Amino acid sequence: MSQLLDVRDLQTQFFTRDGVATAVDGVSFTLNRGEILGLVGESGSGKSVTGFSILGLVDPPGRVTGGQILFDGDDLVRGGEPLLRGLRGKRIAMIFQDPMMTLNPVLRIDTQMIETVQAHAPVSRAEARARAEEALVRVGISSPAERLKSYPHQFSGGMRQRVAIAIALLHKPDLIIADEPTTALDVTIQAQILSEVQALCSQSGTALIWITHDLAVVSGLADRLAVMYAGRIIEEGPTAEVIARPRHPYTRGLIDSVPQGKRHGARLAQIPGMTPSLLNLPEGCKFAPRCPRADAACAVEPRLDPSGPGRAVRCHHPHGDSETRVLS
Amino acid sequence: MSQEPILTIENVSKRFTKDLDLAERAARKLGARIAPMTVHAVDDVSLSIRRGEVLGLVGESGCGKSTLGRMVAGLSAPSSGRILHEGRDTAKLKGAEARDVALKVQMVFQDPMSSLNPRMRVRDIIGEAPQVHGLVPRAEVDAYVERMLAQVGLDPATARRYPHQFSGGQRARVGIARALAVRPDFIVCDESVAALDVSIQAQVLNLFAELREEFGLTYLFVSHDLGVVEHISDRIAVMYLGRLVELGAAEDLIARPNHPYTRALVAEIPSFETGKKTYHAIKGEIPSPMNPPRGCHFHPRCPHAHDRCRIEVPRLRDVAAGRLSACHLNDRAA
Repeated sequence: MSQLLDVRDLQTQFFTRDGVATAVDGVSFTLNRGEILGLVGESGSGKSVTGFSILGLVDPPGRVTGGQILFDGDDLVRGGEPLLRGLRGKRIAMIFQDPMMTLNPVLRIDTQMIETVQAHAPVSRAEARARAEEALVRVGISSPAERLKSYPHQFSGGMRQRVAIAIALLHKPDLIIADEPTTALDVTIQAQILSEVQALCSQSGTALIWITHDLAVVSGLADRLAVMYAGRIIEEGPTAEVIARPRHPYTRGLIDSVPQGKRHGARLAQIPGMTPSLLNLPEGCKFAPRCPRADAACAVEPRLDPSGPGRAVRCHHPHGDSETRVLS
Repeated sequence: MSQEPILTIENVSKRFTKDLDLAERAARKLGARIAPMTVHAVDDVSLSIRRGEVLGLVGESGCGKSTLGRMVAGLSAPSSGRILHEGRDTAKLKGAEARDVALKVQMVFQDPMSSLNPRMRVRDIIGEAPQVHGLVPRAEVDAYVERMLAQVGLDPATARRYPHQFSGGQRARVGIARALAVRPDFIVCDESVAALDVSIQAQVLNLFAELREEFGLTYLFVSHDLGVVEHISDRIAVMYLGRLVELGAAEDLIARPNHPYTRALVAEIPSFETGKKTYHAIKGEIPSPMNPPRGCHFHPRCPHAHDRCRIEVPRLRDVAAGRLSACHLNDRAA
């Protein structure tokens, strides 16, 4: 697999009245063609801002203040708006948590989809309409010709998200960035969308960054995981490895916090305290105040160091392989 | 846990009717066939909740679980049926007795930001009700509020703060403290942890478990998240489009779901996979409650549907010890 995306030392800051908040601080990762990366973190961890930064969608007072985003060799940070305009919707697409961020409520679906097709491809309206119908069929919407004539409010939440995904697929992009696309949906609908996305990616070789707070959802979907905390990647590696043998105490805490069968009624392992404010981050390791393993060494911020094949962890006291999690 | 029910829901239904507007009334006068639209949010549900147990109520959006929770908490009245608190019909109580029952059943809401008054200090949010109802003398309210805050794991020094000065998890705790302040014995939790981050959700779930031990509380735990419900509940009730479709002991229901809808939900409980998972989704969407399918509401999505399901509403009946299910397939097997 060849490399598609190479994010190096990305830094995104928000210049607010109360000070400078560094939402993304030195994030680096790579993504191969056809690969699915799960970007996991809680609110305020910088996972969404990382996704927005790649597409240049960070609004003032925020902006990308450092690093490189190499997409197929081109630096998106240096290329700026002119370069991004040609890529957005064509080679890189985004799916938002709320499909109404993608859909215009006062335009019919066909108007929006045909416009998207014609923005990047010199085709006739009839051809554009045919492509739109084809995309709707691919995400499991029956009778696409009729559905194209509807307005977004005539669809249910799950159907709207499908339409948003269909729009993302129109130009068969190389990369899709999905920001919590199933969080607002019911579980049975979430399962439908996950199964469709999984099939689409494996058929078309599209790379996917799936941003979520829910480790369990991505554990069955992603090839690799990157866990974020306070604007930094604190652990990354192949999904099965990270889930079975988390090295960072935070990753381990996250996994243990999810209620799972077989431990019915037992007390859940909990991470004490709460996510620190980005305006007031602790010195040294950002997780130290909540960490059971913290000691004097944690006053110095750890680096993201390799630990095993394809894995890296940002911790002075990582869990070893012998401390395998008890899989329920 | 005793077998005696603390709360009994008898054939409760809730209908919401959208009245015709002026133009529609005029059109009807002229012979148009327009009827007022009625939604059966809750359709003939019967349940009894035992003292000290946690009953989980699960279902997807629009299944009526929150409406049922609100009726139990006394926030809306059933269109038909009765809700009995310790054998007394809550709708027929008057005066001090009605007030007493209203205080005994409290609710913890999903979004603390929209259920806490942003212009009130936490001290007043928690302290107002016990003071008004004479549970705590005015002079002792401050000390009482501080005790409540400590009880839910908040710093008593935060009593003078406003809700916006707290994080999401702390606000959830304030909502719980407010419910506890009037010394209830029954708490309805409506998606109380849905909006929280996983690590915070675990903290709040543990808090619910501790408080239950300490005060001998009974919970009706309403949630769409079967993983969370399974963890905290003794029994689980599953709703689909206003109707109860299955009820049983939590572990047993998860291990051996009877109703095809429950089976589909159980299959989607988040679990950590160490390999790629193939998702087997059930087809279709939840139909509109405005125009539910005839017969069994689930039949358009059910892989086992046959002719009878399209015509006859399946009755909820015993399928095993302590297990009720509403599915025609059980008749076939018998």
